[in-house]
Amino acid sequence: MTSVETKSRAAGKPETGQPVLIIDDVVKTFGDAEEAVTAVDHVSFNVKQGEFVAVIGPSGCGKSTLFNIIGGLLGEYDGNVMIDDERISGPHPAVGMVFQEESTFPWRSVIDNVAFPLELRGVAKSERYDRARHFIGLVGLDGFEKRFPSQLSGGMKQRVSIARTLVSNPRILLMDEPFAALDEQTRLLLGDKITQIQQELKQTTLLITHNLTEAVQLSDRIVVMTYRPGKVKRIADINLQRPRTSDVVGSDAFGHYVAEIWNDLREEASRGMQETEQVARADRRHG
Amino acid sequence: MASRKTPLVATSWFPLTVGALTFVAIGVIFEILLRTDVLNRYIIPLPSEVLLAFERIVVEEGVLTRTGVSAFEVLTAGLACVIVGVPLGVLLYRFDIVRRALEDWIAALAAAPIVLAFPLFLVLFGRGSTTVIVIAFAYGLAPVVLKTLEGLIETRRVLINVGKSLNMSQTQMFWKILFPSAIPSIFTGIRLSWTFCVIAVIGVEFLVNLGGLGQLINDLAERYDMPGTYAGIGFVILVSVIFFIILEWIEKWLQPAR
Repeated sequence: MTSVETKSRAAGKPETGQPVLIIDDVVKTFGDAEEAVTAVDHVSFNVKQGEFVAVIGPSGCGKSTLFNIIGGLLGEYDGNVMIDDERISGPHPAVGMVFQEESTFPWRSVIDNVAFPLELRGVAKSERYDRARHFIGLVGLDGFEKRFPSQLSGGMKQRVSIARTLVSNPRILLMDEPFAALDEQTRLLLGDKITQIQQELKQTTLLITHNLTEAVQLSDRIVVMTYRPGKVKRIADINLQRPRTSDVVGSDAFGHYVAEIWNDLREEASRGMQETEQVARADRRHG
Repeated sequence: MASRKTPLVATSWFPLTVGALTFVAIGVIFEILLRTDVLNRYIIPLPSEVLLAFERIVVEEGVLTRTGVSAFEVLTAGLACVIVGVPLGVLLYRFDIVRRALEDWIAALAAAPIVLAFPLFLVLFGRGSTTVIVIAFAYGLAPVVLKTLEGLIETRRVLINVGKSLNMSQTQMFWKILFPSAIPSIFTGIRLSWTFCVIAVIGVEFLVNLGGLGQLINDLAERYDMPGTYAGIGFVILVSVIFFIILEWIEKWLQPAR
């Protein structure tokens, strides 16, 4: 990282250990009165400066709803999501979002994709290209600056999206299952890349995922959610050594954490599966 | 190590050669069928006579000037379709009430045999290029409008969410995300529209005996110059093919990413 970027990042951020994102008693309900479905039910936790937190839960536990609330894409909810004592009610400049779906702009080259947020802010072309090149290098895509997304693999496209989010220098990196569409090997390698970036930038990160090994590999803490309505079942500390690489996957401690969290998740995942089957059976009965 | 040879069918010139040889083969078959009186020479001329007639229509019939007239009419109508059609498509996307009021009518316009109303256009715009251009415009407008609308509607939700997460204004959202995302669909609309414009221009020129290449074919047919008529039709096809190759090049040049 250049000294300019290091300084700007350090100046804009509170000290390590301070909570930067506070999720306090958040409730989100969809639909009206009798048909109302509570997606997120009194969820509270916080994310400290420089920390990597994962939210894990079975499908239907309200993970994506929580992602959209924190990202400011769902305006109305009960409770508070706070950044700098400011309640989130729309997209906040401190939050950079990486989406589950591939989200590069197909009509822009890699460098123009990454420089996009700076272009919106009116940053001069040479400066935005310099900064974009830095983050392209950080995600390991040197030499691909002039390529278009159609010429890249799925994993490379997701790295472009991550670089595009990081170029804005967000205080909180918010990711919704960014590797969901990738194969296991690519996922592990990209996990390495994310860990490296997080350690290098001291990037506060909140990852929404349903992948157990990914959550343990990357996180300092894991928030385990229940099946619908989504509540916090447990918050687990992951005390694996840092700096961390995907080698950690083979360690006993890793296996221990995976088993421990799976114990919490299994019941919720089974409940989710049973409810889905019941709905499918009822649908079949009613034709 | 010996270099691996590219298979014949994978070479770039193979499809072109097969196409050209097929064309020549069909010509030879027709030549034989006509010379052996299996087909009637009074209805279908000999392909060899058609080939010779090409020179005649270029030298004697002013085919290049006529091409210029038809090209002017096609380009004017085509550009008008883009200038009116794209903003109209955007308007339909932006205002739901306008979309509900107009979308079906515009779709119906695409299917209507407008050419049959040519006497009305003659009365309104006189017997000249304006009539041809207006009819071609009416033919070519609907695809541009509908494909612009489709392109905007089908912008991927996640790209819009990226824009929202970056706090983009509505204007930025339109120019930086919605419009670029809709461009491939708009180009499809333009290609369809200009195809319709070519058909309409040549058709109306033929029908009203007016102006460019369509009138030439009409003239030659009325003189019962069958080789000349077929050469004229062949010339129109040739011009259309070149026209659409150029259009494809422009499209590729404007969209290097695709």
